[in-house]
Amino acid sequence: MKLRRPAGLCLAFAIGFAVTTPAWSEPAEPGPTLAGVLDKGYVQCGVSQGLPGFSNPDAAGEWTGIDVDLCRAIAAAIFADVTAVRFTPLSAKERFTALQSREIDVLSRNTTWTLDRDTSLGVNFAGVNYYDGQGLMVRKDIGVTDALELNGVTLCTNTGTTTELNVADFFRSNNLDYKVLAFEKADEVVAAYNANRCDVYTTDVSGLAAQRLKLTDPDAHVILDTTISKEPLGPAVRQGDDQWLDIVRWTLNVMVAAEELGVTSANVQEMTASTNPQIKRLLGTEGAFGEALGLSNAWALNVIAAVGNYGESFERNLGKDTPLGLARGQNALYRDGGLQYAIPVR
Amino acid sequence: MAGSQPPAQTGAQTGPQTGAVPRPALINDARVRAIVYQALTLAVVVWLGAEIWTNAVSNLERANIASGFGFLDTTAGFGIVQTLVPYTEESTYAQAFLVGLLNTLLVAVVGIVLATVLGFLVGIGSLSRNWLIRQICIVYVETMRNIPLLLHIFFWYFAVLRSVPGPRDSLEFLGSIFVNNRGVYFPRPVAEEGFGLVVMAVAVGIAISVGLARWAKQRRERTGQPFPVACASFGLCVGVPLVLFASIGQPLTFDYPVLQGFNFRGGLVMIPEFLSLLLALSIYSAAFIAENVRSGILAVNKGQTEAAYALGLQPGQTMRLVIIPQALRVIIPPLTSQYLNLTKNSSLAVAIAYPDLVSVFAGTVLNQTGQAVEILFLTMAVYLTLSLLTSLVMNWYNKKFALAER
Amino acid sequence: MPTHASPLTFVRTQTVPVSPPPRPRRGVVGWVRENLFSSIGNTVLTVFGVYLIAVTVPPVLDWAVFSATWSGTGREACLREGAGACWPFIDAKMGQFIYGRYPLDERWRVDWTFFIGVAALVPLLIPSLPYKGWNAVFLLVPYPIIAFILLTGGVFGLPEVETSLWGGMLVTLVVAITGIVASLPLGVLLALGRRSHLPVIRMLCIGFIEIWRGVPLITVLFMASVMLPLFLPEGVTFDKLLRCLVAVALFSAAYMAEVVRGGLQAIPRGQYEGAQALGLTYWQTMLFIILPQALKIVIPGIVNNFIALFKDTTLVLIIGLFDLLGIIQLNFTDAEWSTPQTAVTGYVFAAMVYFVICSGMSQYSRYMERRLDTGHRND
Repeated sequence: MKLRRPAGLCLAFAIGFAVTTPAWSEPAEPGPTLAGVLDKGYVQCGVSQGLPGFSNPDAAGEWTGIDVDLCRAIAAAIFADVTAVRFTPLSAKERFTALQSREIDVLSRNTTWTLDRDTSLGVNFAGVNYYDGQGLMVRKDIGVTDALELNGVTLCTNTGTTTELNVADFFRSNNLDYKVLAFEKADEVVAAYNANRCDVYTTDVSGLAAQRLKLTDPDAHVILDTTISKEPLGPAVRQGDDQWLDIVRWTLNVMVAAEELGVTSANVQEMTASTNPQIKRLLGTEGAFGEALGLSNAWALNVIAAVGNYGESFERNLGKDTPLGLARGQNALYRDGGLQYAIPVR
Repeated sequence: MAGSQPPAQTGAQTGPQTGAVPRPALINDARVRAIVYQALTLAVVVWLGAEIWTNAVSNLERANIASGFGFLDTTAGFGIVQTLVPYTEESTYAQAFLVGLLNTLLVAVVGIVLATVLGFLVGIGSLSRNWLIRQICIVYVETMRNIPLLLHIFFWYFAVLRSVPGPRDSLEFLGSIFVNNRGVYFPRPVAEEGFGLVVMAVAVGIAISVGLARWAKQRRERTGQPFPVACASFGLCVGVPLVLFASIGQPLTFDYPVLQGFNFRGGLVMIPEFLSLLLALSIYSAAFIAENVRSGILAVNKGQTEAAYALGLQPGQTMRLVIIPQALRVIIPPLTSQYLNLTKNSSLAVAIAYPDLVSVFAGTVLNQTGQAVEILFLTMAVYLTLSLLTSLVMNWYNKKFALAER
Repeated sequence: MPTHASPLTFVRTQTVPVSPPPRPRRGVVGWVRENLFSSIGNTVLTVFGVYLIAVTVPPVLDWAVFSATWSGTGREACLREGAGACWPFIDAKMGQFIYGRYPLDERWRVDWTFFIGVAALVPLLIPSLPYKGWNAVFLLVPYPIIAFILLTGGVFGLPEVETSLWGGMLVTLVVAITGIVASLPLGVLLALGRRSHLPVIRMLCIGFIEIWRGVPLITVLFMASVMLPLFLPEGVTFDKLLRCLVAVALFSAAYMAEVVRGGLQAIPRGQYEGAQALGLTYWQTMLFIILPQALKIVIPGIVNNFIALFKDTTLVLIIGLFDLLGIIQLNFTDAEWSTPQTAVTGYVFAAMVYFVICSGMSQYSRYMERRLDTGHRND
């Protein structure tokens, strides 16, 4: 029996690739992301590894949260099927590489919109679905009410986020001494803060509200009123595909527009008979906006029927009746004193 | 000869009568085959490398991610909780790299020292005549070896954190050492004018001691007279500088840690992350070192011990002068690989936020710049260099101390 | 024999009957004197040992057994004053610890994969059973395919289960076993290449082995999860678990190569020369003569590699995969079980699981070493 000498290292790599053929995704057609999504039959959505209110799996593996709702809205817009979506939990470190390498189609992971990310990371942000700020959580018994009293503290935060930089900026510009500990995973930060390793836990205010639930005694901690930065959180897509960017941007937009016009998931079917021209354009009774985006004309109707308008999504995931209990605050509609302002659908 | 065929190939004008070997077909020529296989392998590897390179470059360009090492000059903008060199938020990423590297080396060196001491103690203890000590050592080795290092680290981190109080209720020792869950605070020595002289005196003392030891050894071998080298070196390295220190007015002050507001300020601090990483690494590696020490001592022929006893040496002297030097020959190679493992294992610091090289550079800096390729390349290059250095030292040691065999 | 008449002399004619050792030197007392108190130094050591035991063992026993909570359905059960370990937490979450978030209805697939694997592996480990060759072939070729189909699904009517739902012991075993099984042929090839006479192949293999052995596993995992997507052509993506498996397999192959190299060096030159005299080619020699002997010698080394890899699977926690330790950590933040004892109980449970498995494997490795030692005494 004669055996030929194998071609060295090539075999090594070939083993790695060949064994796993069924696990590859098909190479995307050169062209827009939408073609790939239609081909696959679902939207691949990058979410967090578990942040209550934004994207959190329950014990049965069902995902809920406003970022998750946005993903479902996109799926509804494209497929009229809210289940045509798969979720990839991503850490802060790998979220952008997952998007860049086409592992996911859209990153809906409470990601702050910054200039640096818009440019040097090769992503585009499609809007803001939550206006947030970086907050500070301390124990009630240290008796601090204002952030400027925090001189010489130790802070715990997540690595790989804007929080470390914001902390440096805030404390230095106010001539306060500080030390910061940056952990890899959010759960480790919670554990260290819980064990009193640090005086302050800092991350986005919404994140603080969510993580406070995981502490031993949530009521012994208070979130200070000071926010030390602006954190506009929104979905991100890859650069170079304007059509996909439009789809994501306008899906988010119609959710806000629906709330402005009073269209909810409950009354959306009746509203198709409305004579209000704005509602007619929104729901596709008039105009061909859906097709201009590459979707069906009933795309907005599907979105609202599936996940409701922005206000419903907010109340369901972050509102007064949830453990987080966050007020609309900056996320109210512009006419209620907030920042959510729908671009006109026309 | 019946059945013999003339050689089928050209080139060789030989037949069976002349006795020369006919040149084989090209495909059967071992040398030609060797060259062809090597050329093929090289071609495949080079093609693979080129593929990866071009893919990476085009992917990075398409995704608009920056390339190159220019980011090292950009301002870092973040703070690090433990820095052995001066570092502020305005320092560059290159300085952050240096801070991370020094933190890694610090925990590695101190860990190696502790692990060696503990490992030798437990290794010798597992061969002790005392049954109880032997069992304790064996149980220690078995337990610590079979639990993953990450669990050790988490255990020590949470055990350390839970067992000490907060800053406001710190444990106090000698009035100036404070222990709380933000760290162990020591007074920091501050060198004043004239301290440099003391340091020079110590250095000179060490140099003289080394020369003295060498001279004393030669003298002992020549004349058989011992010389109290240990006492003399102690006097030279410690006594003389101390006298000098006292006589020029004690140029050393201390910066004491003081509780101000939320935490202590001033002094030197050992953060709990450093302590727990150190403890976990040392205890874990000591178990492996103890096994190496034990097998090294067992590898020395029993006849050596018996001959030493026959010569009248005490058990302690036997161990020190006869057994351990020979056992070291067997212990040192796996010991160096344990040292290397310890250094590489220190990269697990990222799990508890100790700012070592991986945590600072391949963690924070990578997330902020997004330049994964350059950063991971640099990080892996550092570890590779350390590993190659260790291999070189080990090879040198092996050559120097190997048994001269026929 | 006549004795001398003088009453002052005495010549013994028979041997004295053997008398037992003096009381203080036999039995339990004798053993204790000999082993524990034979000298002052020894006595001090014994006292120190007893002190060590007294300081460590009773508190641990008390925490784990006597003050521990053994039953309950929520955090209140473990919150009482002076409570020790919170074992109901482990009990409640055991499903997740073993399967991760694998759908409940499909867990039978994981069970089947495990049982088939164990049924095929156990005969291989018992030295006296025959048909080891067929056994090994089954484990190396059809079984991985069966396991892959069962676990991922998507064909034969089995619903697909994404790898992001896998977790706990499932992921630990998948990563460890795939790592070792994939690294074995790779390691053999590398070891052979390192001993090759062809300089290019030798240099490449040495370079590969030294590079992969010189870097920490965690940087390799970072590289796989963050950089690998950048090295692939546009549009090709790898599943995250798969990337991790490739990284672990390549890393483990470098260590395996060194172990196999040790085995190859232990084969006497006579074997190589005999094969050459018989006219076998290089590959025939390797496949039929050298490798069977070499691999048999290094089985303890391979098992040690497996133990090390098994412990190293905890590192996948850092790249976001949930192995046993990762799932346990994830469940610490469950509000329903949030007590001061939950985290410690979880870590101790994980330590016990790893200890039992790794210790068992190292006992097996020592047993194999003793068995194999008798056949290869080189002197």
